Amino acid sequence: MSFLKVQDIHHTYFTKSSATTALSNISFTVEEGEFISLLGPSGCGKTTLLSIISSLLKPTEGTVLLEDKPISTSKNQIGYMLQQDYLFPWKTIEENILIGLKLSDLLNPKTKTNALNLLKQMGLNDSVVKQLPKQLSGGMRQRVALVRTLATEPKLLMLDEPFSALDYQTKLKLEDLVSKTLKEFRKTAILVTHDIGEAISMSDRVFLLSTRPGTIHKIFDIPDELRVLSPFEARNHESYSTIFQAIWKELESLEHANQ
Amino acid sequence: MQTNKVELLHKRYLKSLQIEKRWVLLYQAIIFILFFGCWELLSQKQWIDPLIFSSPSKIWELFLAKIQDGSLLSNLGVTLTETVFGFILGTLLGTLLAAILWWSPMISKILDPYLVILNAMPKVALGPVLIVAMGPGYPSIIAMGAIISVIITTIVVYSSFREVDPNYLKVLQTFGATRLQCFKEAILPASFPTIISTLKVNVGLSWVGVIVGEFLVSSKGLGYMIIYGFQVFNFTLVFLSLLVIAVFATIMYQLVDLLEKKLIKE
Repeated sequence: MSFLKVQDIHHTYFTKSSATTALSNISFTVEEGEFISLLGPSGCGKTTLLSIISSLLKPTEGTVLLEDKPISTSKNQIGYMLQQDYLFPWKTIEENILIGLKLSDLLNPKTKTNALNLLKQMGLNDSVVKQLPKQLSGGMRQRVALVRTLATEPKLLMLDEPFSALDYQTKLKLEDLVSKTLKEFRKTAILVTHDIGEAISMSDRVFLLSTRPGTIHKIFDIPDELRVLSPFEARNHESYSTIFQAIWKELESLEHANQ
Repeated sequence: MQTNKVELLHKRYLKSLQIEKRWVLLYQAIIFILFFGCWELLSQKQWIDPLIFSSPSKIWELFLAKIQDGSLLSNLGVTLTETVFGFILGTLLGTLLAAILWWSPMISKILDPYLVILNAMPKVALGPVLIVAMGPGYPSIIAMGAIISVIITTIVVYSSFREVDPNYLKVLQTFGATRLQCFKEAILPASFPTIISTLKVNVGLSWVGVIVGEFLVSSKGLGYMIIYGFQVFNFTLVFLSLLVIAVFATIMYQLVDLLEKKLIKE
């Protein structure tokens, strides 16, 4: 029994003038605690796939099962992190991280303490709690967004290019932090990215998607010696560049096939 | 040494700002004095008809008299109450309507042409109907003050509801938020600045609605004072009412402006 089962997903967007097939024939399984990256050029339907898995979007065809139950019936089992933090600017940091609990009626002293502790673990001290998002730096805000996502204790985490809006240094630091936190809580996660290095250094498996329609072109298993390392260390390991080259070649060949 | 220089330059900059401010104030005062001075002079010399254009001194005398017999304050009170209720009601109803439109895209599609018609139509033309339907008193005049601003509020606020970044909704939806929760947590607070700024526009509109309403009902209020003064050819009374309206409309506008600054600290 797999933790997450994605079966025969097809998705087509309809507009007045056209019907665009964004995804076709997508099937895969994910084990509990695994970290998967979806890698591919822009426009390959990565975000569409994430939206479908998190039941924000109903696929034209196919099913998604989480622990053998259809995903649409399971509330609050999925956390979603977006490209930007999307913290509510009119809410304090505390209100922002508690919003998920509040909306699902899970807010009580215990869960609140948990969320605030999580904030500390992310290296944000008590002084930020009463501040507004605009008083924080981009990296801090993205960390708050991660706390907000983790506060409801989702079983599955969707990361939709969460580091793409950050500067390089902050991005590397956050990769380490997110990777460490997810391992600690044994969370299953799916990361969407167009950064090959990020995919290799963070994941257990990398799914390479082709474009129009998006299909899974190839799956790369990341070698064990890289998995145990933090993303930053992994980037400096010798097998990193081997797999980087392999993925790079595949991406090139995909590009050629499209032309 | 360096810091001293910077401080000196900063002081100089502040001083130049202050000087500019003084000049602006001076010119504003000159315009004010010139306007009323010329008015008084022209009227005294009979270069303009004092019967029609009155004069500042006569208006001032009438002002003092009307304050003493209490009629100005009671009329002002009536008009102010009507205007305040009118514009609050107009803004609230408009926001409520906008919320309904946002709630149901279907309703919004159906109502779209009617909103356009209602917005284009001059609402004051409904005055006689309102007065007959609701009786000549507070309710119909407040309704005038409200109706004039409600549709434009609906349109402006609804479009601001729709411009809220959909990613905020996505965040809420991943937590399983209902549509009502989405509205409460994201749509409404994000549109708060727009609602406050329509409040500003509505202050002006509601004055128009209320004054026209008082013209029609003709029993009390500043609008009544204008229409009465016009009928008995007492234009000093007309100008007095006009000036009082100008002062209080400005005060109300400034109050809303203050409210805006307090509520939206960003």
